[in-house]
Formats: sequence, structure tokens, C-alpha cells
Amino acid sequence: MTAAAIAPARKGSGFWGAFARNKGAVIGLAFLTLIVLMAAFADVLYPDSPWDMTAMPFQPPLSEDALLGSDTLGRDIAAGIAHGARVSLLIGLTSTAVAVLIGVFLGAVSGFYGGRVDDLVMRFTELFQTIPNFVLAVVLVAIFTPSLTSIVLAIAIVSWPPLARLARGEFMSLRSREFVHAAVTTGQSNMTIIWRQILPNSLSPIIVSASLMVATAILLESSLSFLGLGDPNLMSWGYMVGAARTVIRQAWWMSFFPGIAILLTVLALNLVGEGLNDALNPKLARKGRS
Amino acid sequence: MTETPLLDVRNLTIDLPRGADRPHAVEDLTFTLEPGEILCVVGESGSGKSMTAHAVMGLLPKAVTVSSGEIRHQGTNVFSLPEREQRALRGGRIAMIFQEPMTALNPLMRVGDQIDEVLRYHTTLNRAARRARVVELLASVGLPEPDHLRRSYPFRLSGGQRQRVMIAMALAVEPDILIADEPTTALDVTTQKQILELIQDIQAKRRMGVMFITHDFGVVAEIAHRVAVMQRGRIVEIGTAEEVLNRPQHPYTRQLIAAVPHLIEHREDFTRARQPVLTAEKVCKTFHLGGGFFTPGRKVVAGDDLSLTIHQGETVGLVGESGSGKSTLGRSIVGLIKPDSGKILFEGVDLLSLSRPAFRPYRRHVQMVFQDPYASLNPRHTVGDIITQGPVAFGEDRRKALDKAKALLSLVGLDASAAERFPHEFSGGQRQRISIARALALEPKLLVADEPVSALDVSVQAQVLDLLEDLRHRLNLSMLFITHDLRIAAQICDTIAVMQKGRIVEIGPAKEVFGNPQHSYTRTLLDAIPGKGWTIPEDVIPVTRRSAALRNSA
Repeated sequence: MTAAAIAPARKGSGFWGAFARNKGAVIGLAFLTLIVLMAAFADVLYPDSPWDMTAMPFQPPLSEDALLGSDTLGRDIAAGIAHGARVSLLIGLTSTAVAVLIGVFLGAVSGFYGGRVDDLVMRFTELFQTIPNFVLAVVLVAIFTPSLTSIVLAIAIVSWPPLARLARGEFMSLRSREFVHAAVTTGQSNMTIIWRQILPNSLSPIIVSASLMVATAILLESSLSFLGLGDPNLMSWGYMVGAARTVIRQAWWMSFFPGIAILLTVLALNLVGEGLNDALNPKLARKGRS
Repeated sequence: MTETPLLDVRNLTIDLPRGADRPHAVEDLTFTLEPGEILCVVGESGSGKSMTAHAVMGLLPKAVTVSSGEIRHQGTNVFSLPEREQRALRGGRIAMIFQEPMTALNPLMRVGDQIDEVLRYHTTLNRAARRARVVELLASVGLPEPDHLRRSYPFRLSGGQRQRVMIAMALAVEPDILIADEPTTALDVTTQKQILELIQDIQAKRRMGVMFITHDFGVVAEIAHRVAVMQRGRIVEIGTAEEVLNRPQHPYTRQLIAAVPHLIEHREDFTRARQPVLTAEKVCKTFHLGGGFFTPGRKVVAGDDLSLTIHQGETVGLVGESGSGKSTLGRSIVGLIKPDSGKILFEGVDLLSLSRPAFRPYRRHVQMVFQDPYASLNPRHTVGDIITQGPVAFGEDRRKALDKAKALLSLVGLDASAAERFPHEFSGGQRQRISIARALALEPKLLVADEPVSALDVSVQAQVLDLLEDLRHRLNLSMLFITHDLRIAAQICDTIAVMQKGRIVEIGPAKEVFGNPQHSYTRTLLDAIPGKGWTIPEDVIPVTRRSAALRNSA
């Protein structure tokens, strides 16, 4: 009882305070900012198309006309990474946004109404969960021909089920809270209750898992491009790794640098996600702050 | 006092981490506990009473440290002992039971094994001897069929039984001090009475010293030999039970005692001539729990042929123990639960026969105040929003609704500026006032209050009850007041309906139900009220309780 009395006073530091307490999250955020800047200024840094041959093929890193080396056709690896960041971030963010829309909508409906509706939606969700993610994504992209839209949709379609389950759980538990009952007794409509009462309170865990989902989406896109199912007009990190895999013994840098770019971006997103988790769900924070 | 006291706490000061609402959790605390004595530590939440117990048990959270003072156990200072001996002392000589028997037991272990574990660590008994001891212990706390019960998991036991198991576990090592931290707060009155009797009985047999932490003066009157009253980390008054209860000296003690609800017929009898506002007729509700394709689920009858009438301006009290179905009836009336059969007539219209859209206009006439002030306000909305959402949903202009909300806030004793703030900035009592303001915003004719004060401290409880009492006179409200505490029901209700296992076993004017109970269950309930043998000293009862409400320090 006494401990509970202390807690609110210590919580004063606010969202950023809680976020900054996790050092990894700050580093992740800093790195993510760098990548975003790189993507934004790709055209300034490397005005030419990343597909252009600008150097001799097989130039090792730190050579004169290619900082990170060139690939089998003489394209600049650094330019590819800068422009690839755009594709990775774009696909990561849009596909996650689409997945959140589908997932939260279905989860909300399912958790709020319960009963038959819940059964129906959950069986539908399980249908998607039983199919291996990646295989389904490959099939979808292959059927709809590789393009930015088809890749985004394919990734979104395979990623929404966990979000739907999460949103459903949140809605179910919040549905039985007294403030929601109070909203019912004061005559608010179901839409108002879902939108104004429950959704804002269920947002924290959804934001956290969405931030982690961006990382998975980037990985999925890279894997698709690696298999040659990327958008043929766009340079992407996965494509670079895939194209260079046959010459990995002679020219390690061609797959190494894009691979590092994927690794660091995904790591940064995960760190940020964890920081968000600490900041938004203080009760679940791993370290006790009594 | 030549004998060394069992426990001797001297000048104990415990620091709170920086940024807390006060620098010390407890300050300069000095008290003793003699063998064979029950010392009750009384205070409101946040007074540091639990912190004191935890300090004795070495259970303080990391951020909190003992800065000065000592705790002596039979003459030796506990803090001067090495860590290992401290632990041996705490496990072996001092035992503790907790408030929440539901969470204090490991749900995945049979209760017998949990007691056995204690014996394994603290005694040298072999397996067979330990088993015999477990059975003996379970029998000694009055559990039926101890040999069979030993093999049950906690979820199969009731709250009272679990608390008994906890006590058996605490007794396993034959401690000389038992610390009980609100052990009966989560229990029903009848169970509370049994547990209190058990603790008294064991304490007398074993000449243990018991440090009993509670907020309820009724419980104090029932068991205490000596009483220490704590306020904001300090002991403000300590003395024998007789002295403190009957001749309280410190103003804070007097204030606490004055707030204790007591059985009195304080009102003129309600005249039944007025019109009925709401009538429930033969309402039935059965919940089906669990079950799958092949296994039938458990059936819980929460409402069986429930009928009652609430007249205009009348407060009907619905009393009963947990699980008796009183909340189910309340929720059926406000339309949160749909009963299986029966009628709920509001001014002659059967609400249950109406379709959703047809029912909606009636919602505003029947409003509810919820039990938990921390769960019933949306943490992300401002108080102004919370109060105006109802009227806005019924088509009122937002600005006008907000003006009305501010007027309502001052009506319930809060500042109008509260409208811009968020619920977490308010205390429990203040939140309950907000909750009442929200219910009143729709100008209801009937207010259903579901245990509106059970989550609050006694002094705040009294203020909120005063407010409700005041409002119903001013606004001519009818009220259905659901409570498990008969003392509160006696204070505020005109008519009392006693519920047991989904049935109303007795209903009648408060005066008759309390003065001349007909049903045996009503008598059991009345008999279980803690501290009924104690009459609050005349001089501490405030002349008008209303003045307390106006001060609103909640």
C-alpha cells in the first residue's frame, strides 16, 4: 500500500525520461535517424541512379571512385546502400501501416463484440497463421508480379495476424473495465466506445509491436529481393546481397556492406521498440523501479 | 515491565527514495510487543503501517532504506546480526500473513507441499514426521478433512480456507511473533469473524505476540489488547485498547473513530406512499462458466427470482457477501447484463423487452457509480471530458455540457478547475466524487451505487457517504446502494434487501431488518459485524456529519 503511494511521484520524468533511461534505445534511435537522413539525402549524396555503372567492376572498398567498392557490373555499392535505404524504410513502414490497419480493425471488432464474431474472425486469423509467412509472401509476390505495391501488400498480408491477436486481447480486457461500463451506461455508442474509450488505452502495446514489425518487414523484403522477387526498378539491400552471393569468395564486400546495413537497421528498430516498450508500458519494464 | 519484550522497536526511521511525497516512510517509531499480546496498528493507506511490518520482516523494497533506529528481538538488535542469522530469525521466530490469500499461495503447488517446504527448510523432521505435522497444522487452523485437503491445490479452496492455510504455514515453525498485514480485509464478514477468532485462539494457546495491521476500528475493538494509531509515518497515539477506543486523546484518532460507520437508526422512517421508480420482478440470471464441446460448464446462479421495488426518494440497500449476486442485479438494472427472465419496470415500462435503440433513452434515467475509482475513469481523458461524454452522447452542446460539468464538480465538492485535469491527479475519494458527478450529469432518476466506498479509507468513506446522502435529498434521487458492509447500509439505507446465493432472503425497512432480523442468515451477518460490542464514545461523534463533507479533504 505504501509502495503504491510512492510510485506516482517517481513517475514524473515523463515519456522521454523513461525512454532515455534505456541506453540501447537512444543509440538505436540515433542510428535510425542516420539511416533516415541517408535515405532522404540519397539523391544529394549520389545523384546518379544506383544502377549506373560508375566504376570498374570488382573494385575493392576504399578505391578511388567507389568508397565501399563496386559490384560485378561496376555499380557503386555505397550508392546502392543509400538508395536501398529508401526502399527498405518505405516498404518497412507502409507494409507495417497496412498490417496495423488490418490487424487492429479485426482485433478490435473481435475483442469488442466477442461471441460469434470473435469466433469467426479468430478462425480467419488462424487460417493465415497456419501458413508459413515467408512462403505465402513468395507466392503472393510471384502471382501479382514483383512491384512495390505487391511487395507491400504481400508483407502486410502475412504480418497482420499477431497484431490482430494482440489488439483482440487488449480490447477484451479493456472491454470489461469499469470505465467502459460507465461509457455504456452513459449512452455512448459502440463506435464512440471503441474509438474514444478503448483504442487510446490499447495503443501502447500496439505501437511497440508495430515498431518491431517494421524490422521484420525489412527482413522480409530483403529476403524477397534476395530471391529475385524485389521490384526490378528499385535498388534494395536484399537484391544486392542476392546478386553478389555467387561471387562472395572473390568479392566479400558486395554482400557484406548491404548485409551490415540490414543488420544495423533491424537492430536499431528492435532497440527503439524495446525503449518504447519501457516508456509506454512502465508496468512491464524489466527492471524494478520501486 | 521486567520481562524483555518480544519485539522492541526503537526510534525506527525509514527513508523513502527522493521525489516521494514525504521524506520518511516512518519516522522515529518506538513501540514494543510483549509475549501473549495483540498489538493492533491502525492507520489509513499510506500511513506507513505496512512499511513497519515489512521492515521487521526484512521485506523492504530496494529503494527504501532504514536510516536509523533499531529493531530488537528478545533483546538482540536484528540489524546488527549477519544477514544469514537475520534470515533465520525472520523465517523461524517471526512469521507473517498477508492481506491477499488469493496471491500469497503458489497456485501450482498443493497446499500440503507448500507447508511441507517450510518444515523442510526450518526443521530436521523426516518425511513421515513432516507429513504428520502438516496434517496436524491444517487441523489446528480448523480446516476440515486435513488429510484430504493437504492434497488440494489453492484454487479449490475458498478465500477463508486459503487464509487458514496461510496461517498454518506461518505456524509451521512455531514462531513467537506473528505479523498479520490486513489478513481479513479481502474476506467476507462471516469469514472475517472466523479468522479473527482463529487468530485470537492460536495466540492465546501459544502465547505468541501478534502485530495486527488493520484500518478497521471494528476489528480493533474485536481483538486488540493494545492499539497504536499511525498517521503519515508517525505513531500519534499508543495505549491499551480500552483507553484508545473509549477515551481517544489525539485529534486524528478521534477523527478516525468518528468516521467508523456504526449501526444506528438515524433517520425518520421512509414513508412508502410515494411512487415506485423501479420495480424488479422475478429477475433470474444464471452464468455458465467454462465447459467445452464435451464437458458441461459450471453453473452459477447469480439471480433467482429477485423482486424489489425502489420508490421515489428511497435508498434501497442490497447487502450480502461476495458472490451473492448483488452486483448482478445492479448491473441488470443499468442494462450491463441481460437477465435470463423476469421484468425490470422503470416507471411502468419493462426495460428488458425493449430493443437496443428503444432502450437507449432510458439509460440516462438510470446511472451507476462504480466500485473501483481507479478503474472507472478513463485515464486518457480529462475529468471535464469524462463528465460531458454522457450528455454529449445524448445530443447536448459540448460547451453547455462543460459548464454544467463544472457546476457539478462544485456540487460534489471539487474545484471547477478539476475539469481540465486528468484522473491520475486525484486521490481515490476525489475520483469517486468525479464518478458521482459523471453519473449526475445525465440527471438520472435512479442511481445504482455498486460498493462505492469499499475501496476507500474510513475517513474518506464517511465523506463520500455524506455526499451521497446530501445529494439524494437535494436532488430527490432514488438509489440502489450495493454493499457488503452492514454498518454502511445501516447508515444510508431506508430499505434493506439481504441477498444470499442469488436469492433475496429478507427485505424490509432498515429499522426492522436490523432491529428484528427474521432470517437466520441476516442474523449471522449481523452477528459477524466486527466491533459490535463496542459503542463509539459519545463525545467523538460529530454533531453534524455534514460539516465533514464540506471540508472535503478527500
